[in-house]
Amino acid sequence: MYKMKLHTKSFRLALAFSLGLFWCSSSLLAQDQKDNKQTTQQTPDGQQAPTPAPAPAPAGLELSADQAVLDAGKALFEGNCKQCHAVDKEVVGPALAKVYDRRNLPWLINFIKYPQKTIESGDEYAKALYVKYKQFMPNHDFLSDAQIVSIISYVKNGKHGDGTITVGPENPVKTKQGVSSGLLTAVIVGLSIMLAIVLGALFLMAATLTKYLRQAKGLSTEDMEVLEPEWRLGDMLRSRSFIGIVAFLFLGLVTKSGLESTLAIGVQQGYAPTQPIPFSHKLHAGQYEIACQYCHTGVEKGKSANIPSANICMNCHNAIKTTSPNMQKIYDAVLKDEPIQWVRIHNLPDLAYFNHAQHVKVGGLACENCHGDIKEMEVVQQVSLLTMGWCIDCHRKTDVNKQGNGYYDKLVKLHADKSKKPLKVEDIGGLECGKCHY
Amino acid sequence: MEENNKIYWKGIEQLTNDPEFIKYAEKEFPDYLTIKDSYGDNSQADDNGGTSRRDFLKLMGFSVAAVSLAACETSVKHAIPYLNKPETIDPSIPNYYASTFIDGSEAVPVVVKTREGRPIFVEGNTLSSITKGGTNPRVNASVLSLYDKEKAKAPSVKGKEVSWEAIDSEITGKLAGAGQIRIVANTITSPSTKRAIAQFIAKYPNTKLVQYDAVSRYAIVAAHQKTKGKTVLPSYDFSKASVVVTLGADFLGSWISDIEHAKQFAQTRKIGKIAGTDGDMKKEMSRLYAFESILSITGASADYRTPIKPSQQATVAAALYNAVAAKLGKPTIGSFDNKEFKYLAKAADELVAAKGKSLVVSGSNDTDIQVVVNGINEMLENYGQTIDIDNAYSYQRQGDDTAMATFIQEVSNGGVGAVVFYNCNPVYDHPLGATLAQKLPSVGLSISTTDRLDETGKLCGYHTPDSHYLESWNDSEIKRGFYSLAQPTIGRIFNTRQAQDSLLKWAGSTTDYLALVQDFWKTLVFPLQTKEATFEEFWTRSLHNGVFETKAAATYISEHDKDKAAPAAVTAFDYTSLAGELGKYKAGAFELVIMENTVLGTGSQANNPYLHETPEPISKVCWGNFVAVSQADATALNIEISELTTQRVKLVVAGKDYTLPVIVQPGLAKGVLAVALGYGRDESFGKVAKEAGGVNAYPFMQVNGTVINIRTEGINLEIAGSGRHIPQTQTFQTIMGRETIIQESLLAAYQKDEKAGRYFPKVTTAKGKTTPTDLSAWDIKGDGYKGKDSHEPEKKKDAETEKYEKSLWNNRHPNGTADTHLYPNHHWGLAIDLNSCTGCSACVVACHIENNVPIVGSDQVIKRREMHWLRIDRYYSSIVSTVEAKKAGLIGKYDLLIQAAENPEVVFQPMMCQHCNNAPCETVCPVAATTHSSEGLNQMAYNRCIGTKYCANNCPYKVRRFNWFKFNGNDEFDYHTNNDLGRMVLNPDVTVRSRGVMEKCSMCVQRTQSGKLKAKIEKRPMQDGEVVTACASACPSDAIIFGDLNNPESKISKVLDHEVNNRAYNVLSEINTRPNVWYLTKIRNKDVEKTQA
Repeated sequence: MYKMKLHTKSFRLALAFSLGLFWCSSSLLAQDQKDNKQTTQQTPDGQQAPTPAPAPAPAGLELSADQAVLDAGKALFEGNCKQCHAVDKEVVGPALAKVYDRRNLPWLINFIKYPQKTIESGDEYAKALYVKYKQFMPNHDFLSDAQIVSIISYVKNGKHGDGTITVGPENPVKTKQGVSSGLLTAVIVGLSIMLAIVLGALFLMAATLTKYLRQAKGLSTEDMEVLEPEWRLGDMLRSRSFIGIVAFLFLGLVTKSGLESTLAIGVQQGYAPTQPIPFSHKLHAGQYEIACQYCHTGVEKGKSANIPSANICMNCHNAIKTTSPNMQKIYDAVLKDEPIQWVRIHNLPDLAYFNHAQHVKVGGLACENCHGDIKEMEVVQQVSLLTMGWCIDCHRKTDVNKQGNGYYDKLVKLHADKSKKPLKVEDIGGLECGKCHY
Repeated sequence: MEENNKIYWKGIEQLTNDPEFIKYAEKEFPDYLTIKDSYGDNSQADDNGGTSRRDFLKLMGFSVAAVSLAACETSVKHAIPYLNKPETIDPSIPNYYASTFIDGSEAVPVVVKTREGRPIFVEGNTLSSITKGGTNPRVNASVLSLYDKEKAKAPSVKGKEVSWEAIDSEITGKLAGAGQIRIVANTITSPSTKRAIAQFIAKYPNTKLVQYDAVSRYAIVAAHQKTKGKTVLPSYDFSKASVVVTLGADFLGSWISDIEHAKQFAQTRKIGKIAGTDGDMKKEMSRLYAFESILSITGASADYRTPIKPSQQATVAAALYNAVAAKLGKPTIGSFDNKEFKYLAKAADELVAAKGKSLVVSGSNDTDIQVVVNGINEMLENYGQTIDIDNAYSYQRQGDDTAMATFIQEVSNGGVGAVVFYNCNPVYDHPLGATLAQKLPSVGLSISTTDRLDETGKLCGYHTPDSHYLESWNDSEIKRGFYSLAQPTIGRIFNTRQAQDSLLKWAGSTTDYLALVQDFWKTLVFPLQTKEATFEEFWTRSLHNGVFETKAAATYISEHDKDKAAPAAVTAFDYTSLAGELGKYKAGAFELVIMENTVLGTGSQANNPYLHETPEPISKVCWGNFVAVSQADATALNIEISELTTQRVKLVVAGKDYTLPVIVQPGLAKGVLAVALGYGRDESFGKVAKEAGGVNAYPFMQVNGTVINIRTEGINLEIAGSGRHIPQTQTFQTIMGRETIIQESLLAAYQKDEKAGRYFPKVTTAKGKTTPTDLSAWDIKGDGYKGKDSHEPEKKKDAETEKYEKSLWNNRHPNGTADTHLYPNHHWGLAIDLNSCTGCSACVVACHIENNVPIVGSDQVIKRREMHWLRIDRYYSSIVSTVEAKKAGLIGKYDLLIQAAENPEVVFQPMMCQHCNNAPCETVCPVAATTHSSEGLNQMAYNRCIGTKYCANNCPYKVRRFNWFKFNGNDEFDYHTNNDLGRMVLNPDVTVRSRGVMEKCSMCVQRTQSGKLKAKIEKRPMQDGEVVTACASACPSDAIIFGDLNNPESKISKVLDHEVNNRAYNVLSEINTRPNVWYLTKIRNKDVEKTQA
């Protein structure tokens, strides 16, 4: 029965193998999905500047009907204006239809860039606007003249449907699913089913064989052992190898968890504290697609991205959802002159210098690179590690956003002479201590 | 420098080779931390020292607790945005506002840097043609005075806080029937304030304004009244003078307008490439003669300096007059001659030769002496050339000594019903302060508006605290037609009110002071220009620029001159009539000079620790005053001074005893004693002022028509005790036995050879003698890239690398390539002109504030733990016979010592981290906490540092400072950073270091970082001048140039391109550290043959 024994052994092996394969494939599936997600996040799109690329400027600042200008204008309108303005009806601010007839172009450009200053300068029309709508429109000085013209061109000549914001949860949230990931899922599901069938068949075979052997007589003791193995718990527990393995595993685990917990001191990945007002980024940034810069005004200027002040909330919320109890908290804050104490989520230690402008404006990185898929977050959490290793890692991998930036010209030229590889942040001193610690 | 037999020494200790000095010089960290308690509490420390078992256990318990705490979840932090964000303020982005520093008699146009609405740094306003962006230590330090917790927090009546309404109604009630009212003030340069006072006077016609100055220059005004019929303080232009003679006027440090004069004087002292605009070479410089009693920083910069006794200053002036008069064939005064005074005849000759391009100034406040000085300048035809009394004359000192004396007389007689002390403190800073203090309580109504209950405020019935200048609207007409505006840069911190608003309120006016300022600018200043059509535009521009300057027409009448009598027609003044007057000073065995400390000034900011921690430039004493004596007197009196230890002396002034520590000051004539003003404050002025201690020297001055700042009679000095430690940094960080640190020469030698004075060291190698910088680390190993027997392959170089190696750096060191860093984009460097540096120490204070450098206090300075990132080394030098010196050890014998210390030459050398390319510190750090950047900086990662101090021990320049304590938030160091208000001064862009780490100059890396970011955002290369270090921005004489050595258009490149083979040198170049800080040789405008003994 030697052969038979062999067969059973190999059979068990096969069984274990296929089980393992199944587990692997399912975890692979999960991994794939995860990877898929990460790759979509991590595509550093150099061109994906915070404000859409400037439109081809119409010569002499005139309204245009050129489709390229209209498209650019539409993109800008939806990114910057739609929150408060519609073309045909009043929302937070006045309806924009015919605005190009009401005021001349230079006035509009000036007003859109610096509304508060225009109002304060004593301009009658602007003052009347302020009296009617009772609030300042935020500065749009980041828009170029040409961009503003393209917006107004879009208002005049573009096709626009209902530009207002529909308030309410019924607006479906579109989730983007890649084509490739669907195919992958199908393949993996098919494989899994096949494996399950094979597994079932193998089990059946094993059961049949065992049953057959039990009925057979004259089996040697060896074969009997294989068939019905004798197993004593005491012997195993006392065996050296067992104790050795257990001790090794235990020590290993202790060391690992010790190391991990030490390294995790001060690391707050996944930190998602409850905020005094449950502001939803999913709703504002995701569903309504309000640009991050609309509220986080400092992100292209300085170190701090800025937590928006209450007056930014009021730009929309003096008309929208005014009765919500959470809005009431903001009104209370304004009335009592007590700022809202948000809980800080991303806590970089004081000894590290970090500048949003460098990364967002100069580096051209999207917010999602570090802050994760903020558009899907009901409650914001810290996605990245924010450890030095994490910073360094990115500085090693990331290309310098050198296109069109005269500051880097010299460095680019030097690097091109020396190396064929792309110019990474580390190549221009991005790993030096004194760049972040002083 | 062997050829000229000069010896350089930092202090008497070094000259005598004092054993203590040697001990400290050899050991950078002489003391172990002798504290019992690691938190800095020294109260339990006993003499045994050491750590007991209990302490160890305590510490261990703490550590365990701390570690387990650290492992816990970090506490919740809040992010609190503005409710309604101001459009102009963005967190983390600084805003700059032009304003004017106004304190006591000083008015300086400044630019204030604010972060999130709080001022953190004050720089000079480059748009001002007076200061041209320069500052002095007091201007820089003033930002901390804003956050002084010990200022008055509300108005008070007899020390009890009350409301403004209550105090106003009481005061207006009393003013109505007060009789004679006096407003006492220091010089008021603000025309709008004068208008506010005029409104007050209109309401109470019995009011008179009395102005005085803590350090009076009234004699100059009085002298011009006599000789020119005009009561004006002239405006001096040192930039036009090729020969300057100062009779004790410290115009670079204190005199009238230190920043302006330092700027002007520096222009005439810069030579070579640094002075020329684009390619010009300048090989001429002005010559400065100083005849002075103390050794001031002006005397230290002088080419020829003669120590005189205070009693001789009248004689020197008269002798100079006679010498000049004799040359020009004019009548002389009496029989004063110049035989006694070295260089006087020479000075007179050169003055006459440079007629119309010379200047004689005097620091004396004796009208007769000033009249003689006027006479000399008149003979030299300097009026209208270097002296301006007709157009843009100065309003910087308007104090009237006689009016002030009369006022005190009136108070004594009971003739004054009410007095308002407008931001002044005469009880403390007037020689007759004691009389005033006695009689002041009997005045019916006394009001003080100072920022705290100071010596005068305490005695006044009412205290209506003025706001700090950074919280106030104001203006200033510094010189005729030179206006400057001051605007608030922060909301009021305490419940204070601008003193002008108080005056207006009491005068019953309904307008506030801002409206008054605007009205003044609208009615008087606006019509002076034609650029803007509407006042609003003009106001906006003026507020933005901070200054408005106009060449005033003759018809223009300044607010300051409104009540002045029309100039009297004077006949030529008869100088010969002064013969008798000038002989009035009798020589005494001891004569006392009451001097102004260049850093502390008059003491109005005595509670500002930056001003105490910064050493006085000459004596290098910080934290407190002292009596300075000459070496000859010290020898005679047997005063023994060793490293950091001195003796106490009893100084007798007019029958009263004062006990002070004594220091031996080289350069003083025998019998001369000097004491600085501004000290001797008590608790009520503030804890910092009290720690500085000392005695108040104002009562030492005498009123004799004018306030005389010398005393020649009734002075005595004797030893009162021994063994007092004195915080004196002069011999700290000594660099032993190196002669090449200071490289200097004479102008004539320089004109022949630009390399004059340079020292070119050679090192001996197996291949013979070679220049150290020609060696590379590879050569030393013997398997270099370049050698023929090299085992290593020749390094392949691409075209660009080769181009690099032809860069500036390698021009300087033609063969040193192997261990040269490549700096692809920027290469920051400093060039420091020893010729321009006056030692004023503005850079030291600016560095402190910009970089959050902690204040350590006098006890820790004595333990050599001061933290200055930038220090100014002051070297004395004198020529002695080397043979004799060698015989006596170094110079052991007293007679030689006296000879050396009699009149040494002085050199100032700002010393900061040299950012060596071959940095010795970097190689010894066991944890790589200090590394080299790709921009040429030697960078320090504090959080990596474990405090081994190896780097400091290995630093040949001794510029690394170790944090022995946590200074911030520690009540043991009560210097304002232990409270929330004081911490507002900290620069949020720079880490506040904690205990146990090494720190040093970072070449203001936070500024280069932000400058680079700005360029990147604007997508362009960086421009020269976009970023300057704090020290360079503060320097009133532009001695420090900061810039990018890789940028061929930068000023530093242009200067160094030429000078690197001429005047520029690295300190200790023989050890091949290759610093990025370059010094330009000191050139003295002395005649070659007449090197003095």
